[in-house]
Amino acid sequence: MSELSELYQEVILDHNKQPRNYRKLEGANHHAEGYNPLCGDQITVYLKMDGDKIEDVSFVGSGCAISKASSSMMTGAVKGKTKAEAEAVFEKFHQMVTGKPGTPAPENIGKLAVFSGVCEFPSRVKCASLAWHTLRSAMEGRDETISTEAEEAGDDAHPRR
Amino acid sequence: MSQPATHNLPNAAPAPLGWDVRRIRGDFPILRETVQGKPLVYLDNAASSQKPRSVIDRVQRYYERENANIHRGVHLLSEKATEEYEHARSKLQHFINAKEAREIVFVRGATEAINLVAMTYGLKNFKAGDEILITNLEHHSNIVPWQMLCERTGAILKVVPINDAGELLLDEFEKLLTEKTKIVAVNHVSNGLGTINPIKWIIDKAHAKGVLVLIDGAQSVPHLKVDVQALDCDFFVFSGHKLFGPTGIGVLYAKAALLEAMPPYQGGGDMISAVTFEKTTYNVIPYKFEAGTPNIAGTIGLGAAVDYLNSICFGGAAAYEHELLEYGTGLLSEIPGLRIVGTAKEKASVLSFVMGEIHPHDIGTVLDLEGVAIRTGHHCNMPLMKRLGLPATARASMAFYNTKEELDVLARALRKVIEVFG
Ligand SMILES: Cc1ncc(COP(=O)(O)O)c(C=O)c1O
Repeated sequence: MSELSELYQEVILDHNKQPRNYRKLEGANHHAEGYNPLCGDQITVYLKMDGDKIEDVSFVGSGCAISKASSSMMTGAVKGKTKAEAEAVFEKFHQMVTGKPGTPAPENIGKLAVFSGVCEFPSRVKCASLAWHTLRSAMEGRDETISTEAEEAGDDAHPRR
Repeated sequence: MSQPATHNLPNAAPAPLGWDVRRIRGDFPILRETVQGKPLVYLDNAASSQKPRSVIDRVQRYYERENANIHRGVHLLSEKATEEYEHARSKLQHFINAKEAREIVFVRGATEAINLVAMTYGLKNFKAGDEILITNLEHHSNIVPWQMLCERTGAILKVVPINDAGELLLDEFEKLLTEKTKIVAVNHVSNGLGTINPIKWIIDKAHAKGVLVLIDGAQSVPHLKVDVQALDCDFFVFSGHKLFGPTGIGVLYAKAALLEAMPPYQGGGDMISAVTFEKTTYNVIPYKFEAGTPNIAGTIGLGAAVDYLNSICFGGAAAYEHELLEYGTGLLSEIPGLRIVGTAKEKASVLSFVMGEIHPHDIGTVLDLEGVAIRTGHHCNMPLMKRLGLPATARASMAFYNTKEELDVLARALRKVIEVFG
């Protein structure tokens, strides 16, 4: 059960059951859709940007526990941050979930460290990073739906039949 | 049956007479593996099945002692390899009871076989307004090649709908089968739900209107004895890796007259009989469709898989698997909140299911940590998932080497899923 509880930490289970900022954002000026065709995860991220600053952020969608909890905690982690700061958090998060198992979580990643167990489960990396890819797309003001399958091979790619 | 069952596994109801699952499991080295420190319970057979020792050894022997190119050398090894390759063709011919060995074309798998038919037969014969009739149960590989053909020819894709149990609506099929229909392409067994389709009936209906039929047998040959002459299908395709054989090898069966009339698929060596810069004469069938050096080891390995199936009296597998299916259906039905998706009356040993709010992907991960390998997701069946209103399902698919004890492990692991997420 130990590996199981390492992946599905209490915090993750809690965010899965009661996702934070789970709503369509009134007055959002950016949004983007993210889709993980492999497991059918689908989310929309809404942003209210004030210049470079993320004044508010929310999401709706459906997906597995990892993707839902990751979306929920992403909203908490980037609210009030600038674009560049949010990008920097994503960078660290991505490093952590795609890193070699056993490497300590990056510093200053805060609560997001609960996702450090994901790197043991290559097939779940996309679930964890979907919200972040979608956030990035929303910040960049791209209108298209991003898909985890369109990523470069070798990045988060673990395509499974 | 080669041997009546003499020992049953502890606590198991007796297997159907003669299906000695313990002995059969002994033939599959991988079934002794442990995963996450637990004995492997492999229930992802619809994605790819495991290989018996005899297949693994055969491929190894080819590389160690027989490796050479085929149809080319005058030296002994090349002759030997050619002979073994062609011998495999006749094994496959007999396995599906094709009339002639030259009706067996070796390809990469079911996917390539369907693409081949679409891009040769289809491209030559279909025109704008013609209709291609598929079903809502099809795997992407029996959808996308036809869509690509439609793009090129202006033909139109029509889809036979299903009911909530996952069965084809046959009266709708009859309505959709018109004088515009040029081909019906349907799977024998659905990979997502396990539905066994009434293909003989479909073939007869189509033929009565002069329409050709392609059967995607990727999920049927591992479970059911197939006789292409009795079925009278025009094309029948399957993949070796789901049939206990190697990856990268599969079969396109087509009636000889159709193959004769079809243009080649790819150009290159082996598919020609004479080449000048002015004109190339194509080789006879099946070689016309086997351009380039083929997957020789895979072909010989697939021949060995057929030998293996013959040696265990494969015909008895279906009854045993049906027993597994009923047992598994019973077990899963007792799990709170679990719903089996795909409840066709005629079903192969596939159990697709959902568990309320718990996402299949999470189910799959928890099971994996218990050593249980299942598939989660859309199963290359996105239009089917859409029809069912589900983003994904979890799917346990059994082979003749699985046991009731393994299904007990599955059920226990599913209860653990509820503990974690319930
Ligand atoms: C019904 C069906 N058709 C076709 C295929 C494609 O087989 P392959 O990927 O081996 O070409 C599959 C495999 O998943 C299948 O289940």
